[in-house]
Amino acid sequence: MTAAAAARWSEGGGQMIAEATGVFSLTWLLIALPLFGAAVLLLGGRRTNSFGPVLATLLVGLSFVLGFVLFVQMLGHSAEERAFDQSLFAWAPIGDFSVDVGFQLDPLSMAFVLLVTFVGGLVHVYSLGYMADDPDKRRFFAYLNLFVASMLLLVLASSYVLVYVGWEGVGLASYLLIGFWNAKPEYATAAKKAFVMNRVGDIGMSLAIMLMVTTFGTTAFSGVFAGASEASSGVLLALGLLLLLAATGKSAQMPLQAWLGDAMAGPTPVSALIHAATMVTAGVYLIVRSNPIFDLSDGARLAVVLVGVLTLLFGAFVGTAKDDIKKALAASTMSQIGYMVLAAGLGPAGYAFAILHLMTHGFFKAGLFLGAGSVMHGMDDDVNMRRYGALRKAMPITFVTFGAGYLAIIGIPPFAGFFSKDKIIEAALTDNIWVGLAAILGAGITAFYMSRVMFMTFFGEKRWAKDAHPHESPGSMTIPMVLLAVGSVVLGAALVIGGRFVSWLEPVVGSAEEHEFAIPPLAITAIIVTVSLVGVAIAYAMYLRRPIPLEAPTGSVLTRAAREDFYQDAFNESLFMLPGQYLTRFLVFFDNRVVDGFVNGSAAMVGGGSARLRRWQTGFVRSYALSMLAGAVLVVGALVLVRL
Amino acid sequence: MNPENYLYLATILFAIGSVGVLVRRNAIVVFMCIELMLNASNLAFVSFARLNGNIDGQVVAFFVMVVAAAEVVIGLAIIVTIFRTRRSASVDDPNLLKL
Amino acid sequence: MNDFPVLTTLGVLPFAGALVVAALPRGRELLAKQIALAVTLVMLALTVAMALAFEPNAAEPFQFVEKTPWIEQFGINYAVGVDGIALVLIALAVSLAPVVILAGWNDADDNERHRPQTYFALLLALLGCIVYVFAATDLFLFYVAFEVMLVPVYFLIGMFGRGQRTYAAVKFLLYSLFGGLLLLAALIGLYVVSVRELGTGTFDWTLLAGMPIDPDTQKILFAGFFFAFAIKAPMVPLHTWLPDAAASATPATSTLLVGVLDKVATFAMLRLVIPIFPDASEWAAPFVVTLAVISIVYGALVAIGQTDMYRLIAYTSVSHFGFIILGIFAFTEIGGSGSVVYMVAHGLSTAALFIVAGYLVKRRGSSLIPSFGGVQRVAPILAGFFLFAGLASLAMPGMASFVGELTVLIGSYQRWPVAAAIAVIGIVLSSLYVLIMYQRVATGPATENVKGMRDVFPRELVAFAPIIALTIAVGVFPKPVFDVVNPAIERTYSFLNVEPVEPDVPDVDALTEYGVTEGEGTE
Repeated sequence: MTAAAAARWSEGGGQMIAEATGVFSLTWLLIALPLFGAAVLLLGGRRTNSFGPVLATLLVGLSFVLGFVLFVQMLGHSAEERAFDQSLFAWAPIGDFSVDVGFQLDPLSMAFVLLVTFVGGLVHVYSLGYMADDPDKRRFFAYLNLFVASMLLLVLASSYVLVYVGWEGVGLASYLLIGFWNAKPEYATAAKKAFVMNRVGDIGMSLAIMLMVTTFGTTAFSGVFAGASEASSGVLLALGLLLLLAATGKSAQMPLQAWLGDAMAGPTPVSALIHAATMVTAGVYLIVRSNPIFDLSDGARLAVVLVGVLTLLFGAFVGTAKDDIKKALAASTMSQIGYMVLAAGLGPAGYAFAILHLMTHGFFKAGLFLGAGSVMHGMDDDVNMRRYGALRKAMPITFVTFGAGYLAIIGIPPFAGFFSKDKIIEAALTDNIWVGLAAILGAGITAFYMSRVMFMTFFGEKRWAKDAHPHESPGSMTIPMVLLAVGSVVLGAALVIGGRFVSWLEPVVGSAEEHEFAIPPLAITAIIVTVSLVGVAIAYAMYLRRPIPLEAPTGSVLTRAAREDFYQDAFNESLFMLPGQYLTRFLVFFDNRVVDGFVNGSAAMVGGGSARLRRWQTGFVRSYALSMLAGAVLVVGALVLVRL
Repeated sequence: MNPENYLYLATILFAIGSVGVLVRRNAIVVFMCIELMLNASNLAFVSFARLNGNIDGQVVAFFVMVVAAAEVVIGLAIIVTIFRTRRSASVDDPNLLKL
Repeated sequence: MNDFPVLTTLGVLPFAGALVVAALPRGRELLAKQIALAVTLVMLALTVAMALAFEPNAAEPFQFVEKTPWIEQFGINYAVGVDGIALVLIALAVSLAPVVILAGWNDADDNERHRPQTYFALLLALLGCIVYVFAATDLFLFYVAFEVMLVPVYFLIGMFGRGQRTYAAVKFLLYSLFGGLLLLAALIGLYVVSVRELGTGTFDWTLLAGMPIDPDTQKILFAGFFFAFAIKAPMVPLHTWLPDAAASATPATSTLLVGVLDKVATFAMLRLVIPIFPDASEWAAPFVVTLAVISIVYGALVAIGQTDMYRLIAYTSVSHFGFIILGIFAFTEIGGSGSVVYMVAHGLSTAALFIVAGYLVKRRGSSLIPSFGGVQRVAPILAGFFLFAGLASLAMPGMASFVGELTVLIGSYQRWPVAAAIAVIGIVLSSLYVLIMYQRVATGPATENVKGMRDVFPRELVAFAPIIALTIAVGVFPKPVFDVVNPAIERTYSFLNVEPVEPDVPDVDALTEYGVTEGEGTE
């Protein structure tokens, strides 16, 4: 089947990509609208304080409306004719090589456009309430708009270079937003950490682009994918691994996962939009988009699967130990993206499910984060779940919406997460029994730690701080939560039943033959649900039946390790940061003492030599006269000698 | 008379001049010795002009005279100035050339 | 336009302006500044007109050519003209000139011994030298401008600098003179060779480029040229004059020195070294590329460890120059054109960094990073400028430096994959030095050090705005620059005998031999 997928591309680029005409020629406007908002808010300064946030929200809303119109238009075309290409201008034409600024709107990018603008729009609305009292609200909305524009650029780009532009753009927005409250030094550090770790991933992106140009002479999707089947397997493997490296950076996968937990320093709407729903899934997008490359390289796909499995277990274990509600959710995000990466690594059998899970996850995780933000809003920005408890009475709407997200993520039918996760595990089992078992185990742990969050926050007894007065959040915050909750409930069924989403994506990612597996799908579903329920039950026994201490107990070695993210920071520090610091310190010393010392030393040597030579100058006229005479005699003597 | 004798004379005069420059301390005498060397070379130039039968040497001799005259003017001025300030015309005294 | 001696006007105007400004009496400081600004603005207008009249794809190598015999006995002409590369770099210099004059409006006011008139006269004189260096098509004229350029810089650092300015000025001068001496020796050698090869000695580029020179002589002459330019560029390990000079000079001087003047070296590698010594360039390329990669990594690592903003910026430039030289010696069109764009981008980003750092230092009275902290709390716009400058330096997409860096990396990967792969580490290191500096200076709570710090003045805003605009304009739409530069780069590399780089998979039909591997990994 994969060979067929390759064949699709070698015949002049698989999907028929038509010139964008009519309403599709407005594709650029999707990006331009939020970009315009960011520019107005950043350049306008204080003058835009009054209307800026609303303007930013409206522009993202407009972008969504436009995206929806395009989506409806796209539905009107037949499946093979749903890809449109819009070339705006030549960016860097050098000889035969050229990078064009151009966009490609196809079913895959369409799905992302809808997700990004819809969730993005809701988060904007939510932020109107959440950030209402922040003096720098305007700057916040400017960054949010910048993020939406960059993310849209990332998913709409028609070449890897342009993807890279969006890739860095979202990284910048993420940096700015994590460090939005950088008056706290540790928040500034978290922002820097995120940016630098992302840049490590960008090495992969840069090298992949360099290798693509050397191999294919272009970075445009059409050219690269068409040539992929002709490239040597070594090149394909290298490309796959490099793109995977890039994806691990952006999607917080192992080994570049350490920044995501700290990134929770950003305001909660940011965590919901950037660090849960959209930006961190860019790595999955990159892998799925590059499917013609991964299809042709088993080695690269294996690496992707490994990264996915490791991260999904890593994130799940970390999630069980966190008391900070946002960090628990962040670990969960990491784990869920692990599922997506795992699915993407399965090849054509998994691409569509990866994106499917990405979509449902975008909804329920954004909902969970917004719910967490609402809880924090009511609890004076306290994030410690040990001081929550019994909040379901105080915040009924938050409770219901958070609950919908909770049921979705642990995969209870018929909530959204059930459909998408179930498909991934099925595909994993088909591919390799151990990978499948790991995924099932992950599902069980997911159910455990999410139940823990749920029980500690909304059930049990009050463990509030003395001056806490939990209250429900304003409408601007609850309405987005309700909408996302609705998505968490119905989106899975809406997309999966009848195979709608899979066939929607088929022109881009291809499809796999149905494999017959020894165990029937229904049995697998039953197993997964059972494992999840076991997880819930354990959590019930541990966190609802027993009282929760205000101070975290020391716990076992494993708990402590998980609480410390399995010592990832210590690992990075001792392996990279400290040696790096010593290296820079040594090099500064080396530069000042050795390199510059050599220069200054030779200057001193010249100076010293001159001081010696100076002694010859006695100041006595007659000795000068004598040396002149001696010199003259020497010259004459030499002349005479030569003549003779 | 053999014109070479003029060359010998010039050599002797030059030697006397240079020894004078080296051994005498009085600036005026040193100065006179320099003049002696210049004139010795003038004599040599003129003799060579005569020997070789062209006029170049004689022309150069005039240049040397002009240089000598200029040198006398500046040199004497310097010596007088030094004498005024230091009450001495010894060349060993003013080691002002040394920093 | 064609008969108008635009390059001579561009070159002479700043000198004339310098004389006028220097002659102004005490008490007319404001007039001096206004005249200096006016001169640079007139130059800017002239350059824009010249750029519009420039035809990128013309057959002859140079345009706006002027040629008059100067010292006929030695075949020396007063000859000027520009190709695409020179045009772009002159445009860079002339665009930065009004910016630095405006940004450094008060830099010389509190100098107790020297007048602002002198300062601005020296800046203008430096600008004139820079124009001549880029415009000269006669090597002797180039050399004269190359050396005369040192004089204004020496005085700018020595008279108007801060800290160890005398030490820095002398160090700069000695380093440069040493390089200049070798250049002079090589130039004379080249003249002698031209006598032998062409019959008459000449310094005319059009005759010297591509002239056959026997390999050994070529290597020696190449070494003389390259050494001089490696000092000026500056390449590790000949770079230590730069941090000292940058730490002591005023921001305006540093901007012109690092942002423009040092580009003379990389410009000369393209203009002189490769066309005149093509075989030696190929021979030395592995060595040069190695040094360039060392410069990239070493400069960035040392930059991370700096505590003085000016020194840090200087070390980032060492790293950036490594990229430029890597691109030049990749001998691919992508690398070459990329390196020219990188030169422009680096000029802009360095200018941005030095100018903002200058604003900060002016307010605080110290250039040490630890003496700041929390600037964003008290001066958000200033902190925003600082971040922008930093992002421009770390090659954020959408800014000019990204275009340069990416194309340089792509172009050099085609010829030197290993070197380019190591150079990529530079993108991580650059984010470290920029963000660590930004974090220490601007984030965190407002410290006592920065209490009461004023945000940017309108004058400072006006000075900085053009840099933002240019950085983004070149970053978003670099095509006009590439259009001008590409033909010149193509001509430069046409002197070489290197194999052109072709993609491994140029098109699908032509590569049946790859068919063996096809599908193996997929079944």
